Amino acid sequence: MIRPTRSHPAWIGFLVHRLSGLALALFLPVHFWALSRAIEGEAALDRFLAWTEDPLVKASEGVLVVLLAVHLAGGLRVMALEFLGWRARQKDLVAASFGFALAVGLLFALHVG
Amino acid sequence: MGRRMRGQVLLWSLQRISAAVLALCVIVHLATILWAVRGGLSAAEILGRTRGSEAWLAFYALFALAAGLHAAIGLRAIAAEWLGWRGRGADALWLAAGLATAVFGIRAAVGLYAA
Amino acid sequence: MEGTLTVKVARSEGPVEYQVPARANQTVLDVVSYIQRELEPGLAYRYACRVGMCGSCAMTVNGRPRWTCRTHVAKVARRGVLELAPLAHLPVLRDLVTDMAPFFEKWRKALGHFRPREAPEGEIPDFALIPPASPERQQADAGIECIGCGVCHAACDIVGWNPDYLGPAALNRAWTLVNDLRDGAGAERLAAVAGDAGCHACHSTQSCTAVCVKGLDPAAAIAGLKRRIFWQDPFGWGGG
Repeated sequence: MIRPTRSHPAWIGFLVHRLSGLALALFLPVHFWALSRAIEGEAALDRFLAWTEDPLVKASEGVLVVLLAVHLAGGLRVMALEFLGWRARQKDLVAASFGFALAVGLLFALHVG
Repeated sequence: MGRRMRGQVLLWSLQRISAAVLALCVIVHLATILWAVRGGLSAAEILGRTRGSEAWLAFYALFALAAGLHAAIGLRAIAAEWLGWRGRGADALWLAAGLATAVFGIRAAVGLYAA
Repeated sequence: MEGTLTVKVARSEGPVEYQVPARANQTVLDVVSYIQRELEPGLAYRYACRVGMCGSCAMTVNGRPRWTCRTHVAKVARRGVLELAPLAHLPVLRDLVTDMAPFFEKWRKALGHFRPREAPEGEIPDFALIPPASPERQQADAGIECIGCGVCHAACDIVGWNPDYLGPAALNRAWTLVNDLRDGAGAERLAAVAGDAGCHACHSTQSCTAVCVKGLDPAAAIAGLKRRIFWQDPFGWGGG
């Protein structure tokens, strides 16, 4: 069970931001490594892209896109608090950041299909 | 403010400045992803966009630099709080890891430009 | 409300369960006092004013830090059970009593005391220059009602993960003084609250704001300190 001091929207927002950031940070070197295939030429990049057509890999890409979107929106929420003093309605802002990520994920699923 | 604390403030500010840069870059990146995945990805399509384009090269180089630094400073905070990795040595390692990731990313961007 | 209430107390010797009569309109502090007076004279706990002014009776009630004198049992008991423990993130002296010294030591480190602005040579400092209704004074007033109960400090995960972190109460106090135009220690105080043990450790989980018994917003105060430091001296070069 979630601890009582953590059962509020801003804490959930924090946890999602931290875990999405952690996953993205660990993915970043892998992403750059994959892109660096381009240095070896178009054929090498195409061989790699063929591998990403696997449904499981595509699904993982979708998860990464959602993580990126939620980290973006959550980061903007925190920066608005820090730099603009937007302290009101944190619950709504957290919900909006999750909604944004969901919308991006759905768009990805629609376009990839 | 002591030297140690100045470094910590500097890292925090770098984290927020890179975040502001990334906010713009990620919006462009997400839009590009959603646009590009329609009908499947191909090397020809990707390289058709990036090959010889200084604008994309500059964009991806800046993006990689900001992402490398931002990720390393974020991992530094997580490692300090959840694993107890603290101190100047750890800070230097994280900064080095961030810059190395950025260089790696910029190298990939150059690859997309020159391929 | 009639019947009995089961109260599990995390005593120094280990957990002990007590049965106390459930009454209408009783506070958690009433229940603790009943246990100490009728069942367990050796139970250690702390209180003074009983009316939400002194900030000395805070403890963990069903997993959440609260001021017990202003917390009604009916609002927090779960199926007739109360679980009481000392405040988190502070050394336990005995039973429900924590040592508040490390908590107030952090206030001292954050320069949490008023230091009057120096008056120009030969002039008398005039403390009546700032009207209470002015925006400047209202900004300072936003966090001034803190009673130092330690509830936000106990709820803050960052304090738990980084024991050096000054914590929401000390930083809220610092922000209050930074906004006080009569105070003359602004730059020194901003330097005292910067860095990994200061405001820059905060991740805006906002648990402090969620639990503050006075309805204050320490998370916004900490954000204010970050903002002020960023625009004055973002890279720690010593300006401002």
